[in-house]
Amino acid sequence: MSRNLILGAALSSLVVLAALISFVWTPYDNAALDIPNKLQAPDALHWFGTDHFGRDMFSMIMVGARTSIAVALVAVGIGMALGVPLGLTAAARKGSWLDEVIMRGNDLVFAFPSLVIAILITAVFGAGAINAIIAIGIFNIPVFARITRGAALSLWEREFILAARVSGKGAARISAEHILPNVANLLIVQGTIQFSLGILAEAGLSYVGLGAQPPTPSWGRMLADAQTMVSFAPHLALIPGLAIIVTVLGLNLLGDGLRDWLDPRIRVARA
Amino acid sequence: MLRYTLKRLISLLVSLAVASVVIFTVIEVAPGDPASFMLGVNAQEDTLAALRAELGLDGSRIQRYFNWVGGMVAGDFGTSYTYRTPVSQMIADRLWVSLPLALYALTLSTLIAFPAGIYAAARRGKPGDLAVMGATQLGIAVPNFWFAMMLVLIFAINLRWFNAGGFVGWGEGLWAGLRSLTLPAVALALPQAAILARVMRSALLDILGEDFMRTARAKGLSRRQALWRHGVRNALIPVLTIIGLQFSFLLAGSIIIEQVFYLPGLGRLVFQAISARDLIVVESVVMLLVFAVITVNFLVDLAYAAVDPRLRSRS
Amino acid sequence: MMLLQVGNLSLSIHGVPILKRVNLSIDPGQIVAVTGESGSGKSMTALAVMQLLPNGATAEGAIRLDGANLLTQSEAEMCALRGASIGMVFQEPMTALNPVKTIGDQVMETILIHKAMPPAQARTRAAEVLTRVGLPPDRFPLSRYPHELSGGQRQRVVIAMAIALRPRLLIADEPTTALDVTTQAQILDLLKGLVREYDMGLLMITHDLAVVSDMADQIVVMRHGEVVESGATRNLFRDMQHPYTRMLFEASGHQVTLPEPTQQRPLLEVSQVVRDYRLPRKGLLDAPGHHRAVDGVSFTLNRGERLGLVGESGCGKSTLTRAILGLEDIQSGQIMLDGQPVFTGHRPNLAVRRKMQVVFQDPYGSFNPRHRVARLITEPFHLLETPPKGSERQDRIAEMLTAVGLGPDDAGKYIHEFSGGQRQRIAIARALIIQPELILFDEAVSALDVSVRAQILDLLAELCEAYDLTYLFISHDLSVVRTITDHVLVMQSGRIVEQGRTEQVFSDPQHSYTQTLIAAAPQLPEIGKLSA
Repeated sequence: MSRNLILGAALSSLVVLAALISFVWTPYDNAALDIPNKLQAPDALHWFGTDHFGRDMFSMIMVGARTSIAVALVAVGIGMALGVPLGLTAAARKGSWLDEVIMRGNDLVFAFPSLVIAILITAVFGAGAINAIIAIGIFNIPVFARITRGAALSLWEREFILAARVSGKGAARISAEHILPNVANLLIVQGTIQFSLGILAEAGLSYVGLGAQPPTPSWGRMLADAQTMVSFAPHLALIPGLAIIVTVLGLNLLGDGLRDWLDPRIRVARA
Repeated sequence: MLRYTLKRLISLLVSLAVASVVIFTVIEVAPGDPASFMLGVNAQEDTLAALRAELGLDGSRIQRYFNWVGGMVAGDFGTSYTYRTPVSQMIADRLWVSLPLALYALTLSTLIAFPAGIYAAARRGKPGDLAVMGATQLGIAVPNFWFAMMLVLIFAINLRWFNAGGFVGWGEGLWAGLRSLTLPAVALALPQAAILARVMRSALLDILGEDFMRTARAKGLSRRQALWRHGVRNALIPVLTIIGLQFSFLLAGSIIIEQVFYLPGLGRLVFQAISARDLIVVESVVMLLVFAVITVNFLVDLAYAAVDPRLRSRS
Repeated sequence: MMLLQVGNLSLSIHGVPILKRVNLSIDPGQIVAVTGESGSGKSMTALAVMQLLPNGATAEGAIRLDGANLLTQSEAEMCALRGASIGMVFQEPMTALNPVKTIGDQVMETILIHKAMPPAQARTRAAEVLTRVGLPPDRFPLSRYPHELSGGQRQRVVIAMAIALRPRLLIADEPTTALDVTTQAQILDLLKGLVREYDMGLLMITHDLAVVSDMADQIVVMRHGEVVESGATRNLFRDMQHPYTRMLFEASGHQVTLPEPTQQRPLLEVSQVVRDYRLPRKGLLDAPGHHRAVDGVSFTLNRGERLGLVGESGCGKSTLTRAILGLEDIQSGQIMLDGQPVFTGHRPNLAVRRKMQVVFQDPYGSFNPRHRVARLITEPFHLLETPPKGSERQDRIAEMLTAVGLGPDDAGKYIHEFSGGQRQRIAIARALIIQPELILFDEAVSALDVSVRAQILDLLAELCEAYDLTYLFISHDLSVVRTITDHVLVMQSGRIVEQGRTEQVFSDPQHSYTQTLIAAAPQLPEIGKLSA
């Protein structure tokens, strides 16, 4: 196992653990106001300091991790659940009208950055964390469809797939039995990367007010709140930013590490 | 080549048409009637009807769709529900901030990423490579708007080299304008450059394993000569794809970054429009953003053909 | 005066020994062939002379070119030698050229990088050299891109780049392995002519003894990184000292004896089959073009018969194979197996598919790496209405693995645990397990080393005895088809140009194309047979 994998797994599980623990315990009530103790720098009592309402930043970061992880995870789930079958279908029916429709549809969705989708949804239905999930999820669909199709296409040319066809197996069965297991590693690695991108996107969306709404804590909105106070209370901006960086860095390292570990070809090439 | 261009052009137009239908349909689903929203609950029915006619809200959906699209093609984006001014004018003013910002950032990120990627690939596994890769790993993880806030903290608030926000306007001269876009552009460009540098490096490393690189070495080219003469141009093909994709991220990113620097760009316009339920402005800005992304990808397709002779002759 | 002298060359990569005390030498105007099976270190020897070794390689001994030891040259000095004093030609012409540069630029680059002459003159020289290798600029302008040329033409460009500065030594690493037999003959002729004309030394790396016997002055036989035998070609073939050389020679021309075909009832009937592919439109308003890959092919394969199908790449044999397997629809004609059509409407007919199986070329791509052997070889059970279960299934697996020379224990292993030859045995087991009426062998021994190939051919002959096989053996390799089939079809540009009993066709070819093919195929010398 590589250093990347270990460090990535450690950082990612740190954040996931913080999110899980926050369900049963946080140092303080993350919503409790304590105006007299507002804007305190980090110290022994408040490890990450307090915000402009005197709320404990450490508790807010822990609870905020829940929002980030939930949004990004569901968005990756949406992308995989829809994108992978689309990609498998397009590859199995390569060159047909179905492939054409799926790929053109992909191109179209690619033209809508998740921010634009979030703008549209918010304009029509109003703001909320669910918008962020849908917007990032929709954006993930063509990502997974495309990489699945690409990998599946080269597999369809392989002789073991021809042998399966000669054994009378249909496209659906071959996709499930032979293609999917052979693209699984790729999907795991890509899923990790999309997870990290989802964390970043969620932060951006909630920063501009298109994501989770108060009182749900989120790292992006903590940064938005901190913006006007950055000159006299820089920890308000530093800490949520570092939380995002640690999470995204951890997931990226985990993705790279998994890739090296899962795919023997890459491992051999690096040996 | 002509055939290839024409094919791409048709595909561009079809994408735009479908995208416009999608945007129009989504906005149509929005509950409520803009006219009654603007005039309040007590408005007279005939005043409402007159306003609807003025805003182009009467007629069937299909008719309104074609009015909207036809107007846009002619440069008329309709009238803002809240400001009662032409949307095209509002957008044009803001576009002069957002578009230069995105292009500035794209230029910066390319200028940083290409040398960094090539340098790392040429020194694969050596300390220089590891340093670049470490920096890019970090760069990818940094949210650009947070990075922007840090830049403001350091370069505007502490060092006072730049203004913390706002845009002086192009009337003050090119340099003054560029100067006030510099911090936002850097904030946008560095995280993007990290991705692009990684793509450049891995594309080059793939190319280094190709047979024709060995052929080049057998001719007497040094490692570096082979990399520059045969590697870089072939590596451009995957890199161009990423540049095309990045443009949409940059555009979205610039809308977010505008909030950090209080820039009067499309971002501010669209967020104000959302809170005022000025749906026609939202609709037009979204269409414009999608138009920009689709057009850039069309240009990337043309650039492919310029780089790769196989595409030029194939179809 | 010796041009190249490799003395006691030892090489290891990351501590793993690759070459052990290799000795060979080349005089000007001399062709020295290094031969051996995969893993023998023959290509590494060539790369060592070029000093283009992979990272982590350390060499000992000496490689002297005109007396100067290349192992002690600096990288800059080697750059000056490569392309100018030593030229090199590689195996894969399809990927050896930069796809985004014109052939003229790529040939000129050799000249310009060594600052041998000013650009205008270099251009003239490039045109001359391309003309010399058979690509005159009036038919092949310097502005052509590699993708506009065929494999043989690309190999000529690679040769032009290698000889543009008239190097003293030319290294050719399997230069014709990826080419068709007629193209191979032309490229070999070209190389021989260049050696004579420029008085170059040629170091030729090849696995093909027949190619070697035709053109080399000296032969070096390698195995596991060591030279096992070397000497003048004629002497070496007359008096092979080392058992490995003898084995290699025997395996290269390996003959098997097939049992007499039993019945004469037709099994596979192919009549007037046509398969078209659409080509992209040339102009905007042009109708899409068609490429007729298979053009009115008819033949009958009788039960118990072993039929060969030979032809060069692009002749349509792969398309025909796929059509017979029901993997591709055909435009017109009829393919009947055991009296039933392979296609009913446009869907493959499962009842017919049950009666045939296939063995493919690539022993590495033929198996899902995630499944165990038991699952891999039982995949055809999917075709059966009542596939065997439980102990019956285990028995069948064991029987098949034993029949192909493996053990029942191998059922639990993954495919990466097997060598190329063993994988081909597993592929045969998979094809045999439902005891099909017909097996198609699609270049099934083409990717194998000669010694392994000989074993697989023996296995096929045994299986013919044991299971009364009927097969269609598709191959570009004439010597293999000659021994493993009793009837043969010769295919050219989508048509069958000649068919008949194998021995008849080979000894007395009627069609001019068959004659060309047989004449172009390199032959092992008869002298070897006498002493073997």
